[in-house]
Amino acid sequence: MADDEAIIVDHVSKSYQNAGTPALEDISFTIKKGEFVFIVGPSGSGKSTLIKLLLRELTPSQGNIFCMNYDLKRIKHWRIPKYRRNIGVVFQDFRLLKDRNVYENVAFAQRIVETPGREIRRNVPRVLSIVGLAGKYKAKPRHLSGGEQQRVAIARALVNKPSIILADEPTGNLDPANTNEIMSLLEEINENGTTVIVVTHNKEIVNTMHKRVITLRRGVIISDEEMGVYIDED
Amino acid sequence: MKISTFFYTFWQGIKNIFRNKLFSLASIATISSCLFLFGVFYAVLLNFQHIVKAAEEDVCVVVFFDEDITDKRIEDIGEMIKHRAEVANIEFVSGDEAWEYFKDKYLGEEASQGFLENPLADSEKYNIYLSDVSMQSSLVTFLESIDGVRKVKRSELTAVTLDGVNRLIGYVSVGIIALLLAVSVFLISNTVTIGISVRSEEITIMKYVGATDYFTRAPFVIEGMLIGLIGSAIPLGIIYLLYNRALEFISQKFNVLSSLLNFISAQEIFHTLLPISLLIGVGIGFFGSFTTVRKHLRV
Repeated sequence: MADDEAIIVDHVSKSYQNAGTPALEDISFTIKKGEFVFIVGPSGSGKSTLIKLLLRELTPSQGNIFCMNYDLKRIKHWRIPKYRRNIGVVFQDFRLLKDRNVYENVAFAQRIVETPGREIRRNVPRVLSIVGLAGKYKAKPRHLSGGEQQRVAIARALVNKPSIILADEPTGNLDPANTNEIMSLLEEINENGTTVIVVTHNKEIVNTMHKRVITLRRGVIISDEEMGVYIDED
Repeated sequence: MKISTFFYTFWQGIKNIFRNKLFSLASIATISSCLFLFGVFYAVLLNFQHIVKAAEEDVCVVVFFDEDITDKRIEDIGEMIKHRAEVANIEFVSGDEAWEYFKDKYLGEEASQGFLENPLADSEKYNIYLSDVSMQSSLVTFLESIDGVRKVKRSELTAVTLDGVNRLIGYVSVGIIALLLAVSVFLISNTVTIGISVRSEEITIMKYVGATDYFTRAPFVIEGMLIGLIGSAIPLGIIYLLYNRALEFISQKFNVLSSLLNFISAQEIFHTLLPISLLIGVGIGFFGSFTTVRKHLRV
C-alpha cells in the first residue's frame, strides 16, 4: 500500500448465503488520502455491503481490502476496534445514544480510546463548536432537529481525528437546507485533510459538488470519474 | 486498561440501571419474587428437618442389666457402647435415680412413704441416644449380645416412622429446591436477556465507534450483577423480618405448639440462605448479561 493511499479495494466480490446473485462482483478502486469521494447507486446496488466491508462487519468472499495499512481479510478480531478508530462513521439515522446528552455522545468516542479526562473536556467543546453546536451540549438527542442530530454524529466521528470519514446517506433524513449545511461541513472537514467517503443516492448534492463519483449498479462499478455526476438508472 | 476506564465502565453500569428504569425494575422484581419463594421454601424445609432431627434425638434405647452384675462390668459395658458409631450420647441412671424419678412422676410424696426400701434398686440402666435412628436395629443386636445385659428396650415404630419422614423431607426438599432454582434461573436470565436485547442498537453503536468487546460488555455485566445483588438482597430482608415476626407470633398465639416444636433461629437459616441467594442473584446477573451481550458483539 503506497503512502498516499487510504483504501484499496482489490477485485472484491461478496455473496450472501441463499442469495442468487452476488451483492458485489469483482469491484476494484483506490481512494487516496485527502480525497472526497461519492459512492452512488440505487437500492440493491451493493452500497450497504461495501460499507459493511469497509467497517469490517463483513469479509469479502473474494478479493481483498486494505485500509490505512490494515489487511481487512486477515485482521484479527481483537484488532478490529483499533482499526475502526481510524474511521469516523456517520449514519443516515444518526445512531446517537438516546439516553445521553450531546456532550456525552461525543465524549463517548474519546472514552473508548481511553483519552484522559482533561483532554476530553478540551476536545469535545472544540469539536462541538466546529459543527456549530457548542451551545447545545446539554441537550438530549430527542430535543434536537434532524440536522442537529447529524451534526452531533459528525462531531462524534471527528473527535478522535480519524483518517477517514465514512458517511452513509448522511442527508437521507434531512430537508434541503440541512442537507446543504451537512455537506458543507463534510467538505470543510475534507479541506482540513480528512478523507471523506459519502455513500448516497441524492442526485442534487452529487451533481453540485463536482467530486469524484463511483457509481455502482447491481454489484458492479459502472463508472468511476473525477468531477463526476450522478448517472440515472435509465 | 487504565484505572479511569475501569471506574468509567463501573459508573456506566450503575447509570444504566437508572437509564433503563423499567427493565431494571422488572428484572429486580423477577429476581426478588423468585428468590423470595425460594427463601420461604428453604426456611420451611429447614425447620421441618430440624424438628424431625430433634425428635430423632429423643429416641432412646434402654439397657437393663442382670441382677448380680458388678459396678465394674456396668462401667465396661458403658465404655463399649460409648464407642459405637450409632451412639450420639449415653446416660447412666442408677437405681436411686430411677426411684426418685418414678416417685416424682407417678406416686407423689405421700404414696411413696409406704415403701421402706427402693424397689428399683436393681434397675440401673443406660439410656442410649442415637446419632441416626435408622441404625437402631444394628445397635440393639449388638447390645443384646453383650454378656450381663438382661433386657434391651427400644421404640422400633418411632424410629422407623422418623426415619421415613426424614427421608421423605430430604427428597421433597431436594425436589422443590431444584425446581425453584431451575424456574428462578430461567425467569431471571430471560428478564436480563430481554433487558439487554432491547438495547442491541446501543451495543452496535459502541462497536462501530471502535469500542473493544470488554468496553462494550463491562457496563452491561456490572449492571446485571448489581440488579442481581439488589434483587436478591430485597427478599432476604423481607424473609428476615417476616421470619422473626412469624416466630414471635407462634410463640405468643400458639404457646403449646411452640413448646412442642423447636424452630431454627433466623441467624441459622441465613447462615446458608444468605450466600446461596446472593450467589444465585449475582451469578445469574453476571452470566445472563455476559452471554446476552456476546450475542450482540458480532458487529
